[in-house]
Amino acid sequence: MIVAHPSLPGVRRVFLSNPKAQTEYDVIVVGSGAGGGMAAYQLAVAGLKVLVLEAGRNYDPVRETPMFKLPREAPLRGAGYREKPFGFYDATVDGGWEVPGEPYTNAPGTDFRWWRARMLGGRTNHWGRISLRMGEYDFKPKTRDGLGADWPLTYQDLAPYYDRTEMLIGVYGGDDDLENTPRSSPGVLQPAPAPRAVELLAKKACGPLKIPVIPAHLAIMTKRQDANTLPKRIHPDNPLAQRVLAQSMRERQACFWATPCGNGCSIKANFQSTTVLLPPALATGNVDIVPDAMVREVTVDRTGKATGVSYIDKRTRTDRHVKARVVVLAASAAETARILLNSKSEQAPNGVSNSSGLVGKYLMDTVGAGLGGQIPILENLPPHNTDGASGMHMYMPWWLYQEQLAGKLGFARGYHIEFGGGRSMPGNGTFSGLETYTQGAYGKRLKEEARRYYGSFMWFDGRGEMIPNEDSYCDIDPDTVDQWGIPVLRFHWKWSEHETRQAAHMQKTFAEIIEAMGGKLTGRVETDGSRAIARGGQIIHEVGTCRMGDDPRTSVVNQYGQSWDVKNLFITDGATFVSNADKNPTLSILALAWRSCDHLLDELQKRNIG
Amino acid sequence: MSDAPELPNTDGTDTPIGADESAPVTLKRRDALRVLAAAATLPVLDGLAAGEAEAQGTTPRPAAPAAAPATQAPTGVTPGPRGTLADPDLLYPRTNWPRRLTTAEMVTITALCDVIIPADEKSPAASAVGAPSYVNEHVSAPYDGNQRDLVRVRGGIAWINLESRKRFSRDFARLTAAQKTAICDDICHLPNAKPEFRAAARFFDLVRDLTATAFYTTDAGMKDIGYVGNVAMPKFDPPPPAVLRQLGLE
Repeated sequence: MIVAHPSLPGVRRVFLSNPKAQTEYDVIVVGSGAGGGMAAYQLAVAGLKVLVLEAGRNYDPVRETPMFKLPREAPLRGAGYREKPFGFYDATVDGGWEVPGEPYTNAPGTDFRWWRARMLGGRTNHWGRISLRMGEYDFKPKTRDGLGADWPLTYQDLAPYYDRTEMLIGVYGGDDDLENTPRSSPGVLQPAPAPRAVELLAKKACGPLKIPVIPAHLAIMTKRQDANTLPKRIHPDNPLAQRVLAQSMRERQACFWATPCGNGCSIKANFQSTTVLLPPALATGNVDIVPDAMVREVTVDRTGKATGVSYIDKRTRTDRHVKARVVVLAASAAETARILLNSKSEQAPNGVSNSSGLVGKYLMDTVGAGLGGQIPILENLPPHNTDGASGMHMYMPWWLYQEQLAGKLGFARGYHIEFGGGRSMPGNGTFSGLETYTQGAYGKRLKEEARRYYGSFMWFDGRGEMIPNEDSYCDIDPDTVDQWGIPVLRFHWKWSEHETRQAAHMQKTFAEIIEAMGGKLTGRVETDGSRAIARGGQIIHEVGTCRMGDDPRTSVVNQYGQSWDVKNLFITDGATFVSNADKNPTLSILALAWRSCDHLLDELQKRNIG
Repeated sequence: MSDAPELPNTDGTDTPIGADESAPVTLKRRDALRVLAAAATLPVLDGLAAGEAEAQGTTPRPAAPAAAPATQAPTGVTPGPRGTLADPDLLYPRTNWPRRLTTAEMVTITALCDVIIPADEKSPAASAVGAPSYVNEHVSAPYDGNQRDLVRVRGGIAWINLESRKRFSRDFARLTAAQKTAICDDICHLPNAKPEFRAAARFFDLVRDLTATAFYTTDAGMKDIGYVGNVAMPKFDPPPPAVLRQLGLE
């Protein structure tokens, strides 16, 4: 069934309504988020016939995003509820901490939460869009402090892919070049937006504290991409890629500084797989997408080569199999591990690509802790628009590398600070807790106090590096299957003192910043970091279940995400991460996926695979 | 859970939200009797007459097209939202739960909302922008926390009327402003509340939070505090000089 693509005029878009029509492809990509979307795009512009299998429903941000819808138009003023924890308008379909009919379990003593989205484009539809590069230290952490493991590649290996990825998706940021906080090549980033008042205030307060406050990097376009020059720069020798990318870029608008990014973006100003990667991929004519396809296992032949995947068509509850020369898994770090562990054969009784026994191991999330403050100087500010790009315009990268290396901090890795505040749109819960500041004001006095306190609150969140450990992993729960009959994941989780002490340090630092601004804390500073730290999984940066490396005995894939055991099987999501730097993982997932695809194409060309 | 069909709607509340309130009531004392009399014969409507909606700058929308059933085979066109809790129609939001508060309870809540947020020279009273019906929406929602709040609000309404009759021989809605204040002063701040008023103070706190949410998310409430965002513009400007001056950032 072929229909015109609603957002790419003149382009034929293929969604297979009858998946039986074609059962053989060059490549099957499992997942359509950051890793899957990038793989589908890169392989399609290279001329391969690609099938994308997505476990969630088809989703079109252009038609479905609730742009400019107000909280008062939503049930409960847009508040979150169990099926939509991040709020009614949040761009997550059939997801959240629980997916109906698709449970996961926790081992005794573990309290891990797993966020999923069941939709085309996955979590890229609602993510925070913070796009920070890993730096030189981040690729060789073990060399630096003896903990965790090194990546089998260096920053220099990935830097060109960071450049190209940033140009492709559109990232704003500054050109600061700080320790382990690398800058992009000239002409790659888009201009950072003007700082808001609260950001300038924090910057001033952080001066004496020696904490740098610099433009944040977010995957949001502050100006339109130059469709005449950028595609040639990104794909120098590929006319097809240049054509479809130029067309896609012309479909994207620059940010117009209104309506929250987390709801999605129908004007395509920010990065979503569904607005930036899948449209040009489909425009090649080389991609089919089958939504509602829950992948069960990767199938292998007697020689151990991948032959395709088996999936359940959720609409008919039927089991299907598709064949391909190459299989790419990008179902998300945990789901990819689940698929491999559930792909059992005579040669691979513990799961495909698991001769090392490491599939599911070294699961990591990001360390999170926060604190808020009420800042008197912000009271009664003249009304002005502080919406901006909805995300941060400025942030604070980690700054204590030398003190840390000298062993002065009591924890080994760093964190960056995300922060904000200002005169944002009132939503559910607005002015809750005001009575604390006003001795229970009500009546006309409540209205006066609301005018005074509105916009005077700020929040600070630390996002820190977790060191991989033996006690944090996922395996298959032998007692539980989901509604599709697929055995589910069981999580095991433990923070080490490196993480809990880091969380305590975060709160201490936030208190110093808030006090330096003349503010009062709205919460408690925990000296016991285990009380400050967010739960495992809660920051939604889970990575590391199929780590890459140089040695097949101590890693699941090589530096290109290619399985050691199954040469025509690749992983292009966060599963391959060796460490989880404080930098949010999505930009690195995208860059690594691109690099993996280049290697995959190279391998096909050399006839090493397929 | 989200595969469950929508709850049947038993009370005609299946209307687009954004429409704000039941009859805009400003409970001046002489009006109280009329409202009570009217309330006895009228259902509490969650919808809003078109004229009233226009006056508030909200236009009632046509009802959303029925969501496609989850089992429908795709036609190749984006099927769009299925209308479940985990996949609601974001462009035509609706609540689908019956409202639980009785007409008499709504009269008390309306009076309390207006004690909490009365009209002043800058903006209208809470009831004029639909806060009471939002309280009803909140306590009627089928989620655990909301169900607990229903008990607290119901109990609080009963308590405040008992207390009003004990002190002034009338229900709360029919008290003078000074009498209402006398009671609310005892329950407006939990840390200061006497032991016998602590439960009532928690009730007051909850209704205050709900009233603030309802009021400040309307156009009138956003205008009152000076929220001026959510406007599409070609570029984002730095803070104006007056702001920088106040913050010592010039």
